[in-house]
Amino acid sequence: MSLLRIDNMTHYFGGLRAVHDYSLRIGPGQIRGLIGPNGAGKTTIFNLITGIYRPTSGTIVFDGQNIVGLQPHQVAAMGIGRTFQNMRLWRHMTVLDHVKLARYARLTYGLMGAFFGTPRRQREEAETEELAYRLLELVGVARFAGQVVTGLPYGAQRRVELARALAMEPKVLLLDEPTAGMNPEEMLQMVQIIRRVHKDLGMAIFLIEHRMRVVMDLCQVIQTLVFGQVIAEGTPDEIRNNPQVIDAYLGKEVVT
Amino acid sequence: MDTEARGATAAGPRAAARRWTAATRALFGEVPAFGWLLGALAAVLAEYFVGRPLARALGIGRIPLLFGVDVALRDPWLLPGTVAYMLLVYALPAAAVARLSVTVARGITERLLRLPVGLSVLVHLGLLYAGLHLWAGINDYRLLVTRLALIAIMVTISLNVVNGYMGEFSCSHPGFMALGAYVSSIITVLFFVHDSVLGPPLLPTAVGPFLFPLALIAGGAAAAVGSLAVALPSFRTRGDYLAIISLAFMFIVKSTIENVQLIGGSRGFMNQPDWAGLPTVFVWAVLCVAVTNNFVRSTLGKALNAVRDDETAAAHMTVNTRRTKMVAFVFAAFWAGVAGGLFAHVMRYVNPGTFGVQKLAEVLAMLYFGGLNSVIGSIVGAVGFTLFSEALRPLQIYKWIIIPVLLILVMIYRPTGLIAFREFDITRLVKPREKPGKVEHVAAAD
Repeated sequence: MSLLRIDNMTHYFGGLRAVHDYSLRIGPGQIRGLIGPNGAGKTTIFNLITGIYRPTSGTIVFDGQNIVGLQPHQVAAMGIGRTFQNMRLWRHMTVLDHVKLARYARLTYGLMGAFFGTPRRQREEAETEELAYRLLELVGVARFAGQVVTGLPYGAQRRVELARALAMEPKVLLLDEPTAGMNPEEMLQMVQIIRRVHKDLGMAIFLIEHRMRVVMDLCQVIQTLVFGQVIAEGTPDEIRNNPQVIDAYLGKEVVT
Repeated sequence: MDTEARGATAAGPRAAARRWTAATRALFGEVPAFGWLLGALAAVLAEYFVGRPLARALGIGRIPLLFGVDVALRDPWLLPGTVAYMLLVYALPAAAVARLSVTVARGITERLLRLPVGLSVLVHLGLLYAGLHLWAGINDYRLLVTRLALIAIMVTISLNVVNGYMGEFSCSHPGFMALGAYVSSIITVLFFVHDSVLGPPLLPTAVGPFLFPLALIAGGAAAAVGSLAVALPSFRTRGDYLAIISLAFMFIVKSTIENVQLIGGSRGFMNQPDWAGLPTVFVWAVLCVAVTNNFVRSTLGKALNAVRDDETAAAHMTVNTRRTKMVAFVFAAFWAGVAGGLFAHVMRYVNPGTFGVQKLAEVLAMLYFGGLNSVIGSIVGAVGFTLFSEALRPLQIYKWIIIPVLLILVMIYRPTGLIAFREFDITRLVKPREKPGKVEHVAAAD
């Protein structure tokens, strides 16, 4: 009874095997982590799930449906939201518009509504705006709503990106290094926000992270990926004490 | 007072300029759009009634064609007279009426706001049309320029949807215009005109003006279908490569028309009925602006911006990027086609040479001059460029030195154009203004 199930997924970039025999199960409401050194293929796994790449072999089943071969926007509309390592915000758009746009697939007023401003469009836009403000408040950036996103402090931009992903009402949220480039204080705030979001909205979360504190704090189960292969899977404690993981990724001083 | 005086001398001309703007704002800051429209109407009425005698009294003989550049170039000694004419006929009545009618205008605006906003907008548009009609009624040349400016607005705004809002560099707009111009011309001539090639009219001419919108829509639809030739490649390529594809499309349309002898080939196609009067063109231009503005301000329209700024992110936020691109191209081409159809019926003659590189340069200049991603910018760009280019017509070939230099200056100092990335909120435009004094006070307290 898993929400997202990946079985024996393998992906080649030409002759390079980026992901090998990868399997994953995430149930509703679970938080799972994915760690590993740079270039291990973590982001590639995200890109395979969201449909940017098509896996060379293997299956991805989401909500009982095979999603291999679907377009990214179709995968997203089914309920897989994501954030990006380098944020990928729209630099000329306001914070509010970022969050509203993630409701794209849920708008039903169609082109006629867009062209002629029908009452239905007014209603749906108003509803969308209300929801967007709620989400911006949830992540604590509502006061920036009318601003263009490039003028915001880095931490706030990260939160806008999270709010944007939340607006899709995802069943699974893929977070690609949500605390990258943050100072310790911002990092702690981000962990808090992720926790709050998880508690309030209750979606499953799949998290890529480099900071061990964040993963150990948030995740119930962690996978360690090295050269495209999972070398260990288990609870934070198991991972922390796994000699293979220490050898390949954590290093000695973390344990001592 | 002492410190203020010293401050003024220290800052010099800049402080003087600031005081001048402050004074202007204090005088005119409260004037709502309605007041300005009344002022414009007053100016036009002044010209209508006293323009001729005043022009004679000032020694410039007759009412200037556009803004007196022709008069001043004919004889430099007439320059003071022309400037005086402009001030007396346009600036003075407009400013005086706008200022004096503040209370009345605000009262009317407030009362109108109790009714549906659409009605208020219609009243404003009616006033605008009245002013345009009187101004353009002075001579045929003005009538032509006004209609061309309105058509230029349609072309520029529709181009802005693709080049500004979606951020592709499309060069195919003259091609879309050509498709619209020829298809609608062929329909009107075939059905309603006795033509030497296409034969007697198939329908009674009397119903023609009523079916003219359908002919224009057919022209727009033809352009929309043609735009698929650019929209489909846009799924797989963008930037320079798409620009080249769109440029190729423009040339293909042009040379195809040049080689179809039935519709006149490169000699052109004429005999279009005279149905594109000022009211018709005005209504279509208003429709185009309203629909486009509605579209780009909706979340569905904002998807264009998302595709421009980061297509991958857009797709991951459920935006169907292919559909978005397709809609943008088809929409833009449709309006370019309608504009082309109107153009053909204003000129009552089209030839394929019109829709070539020079047209493209003109349209791109209007777009980038006015500002990307902005409906109001496109209006300013199209009207400004059309009027400027017509006003400089007496300079003949030197016009094409001044205009590019101006464009270069705009690109240096305002790289995205005069009024870029601004939302055009019509409902705010028809509302009464706040008292400027109050606003300033708050700003000072900050």
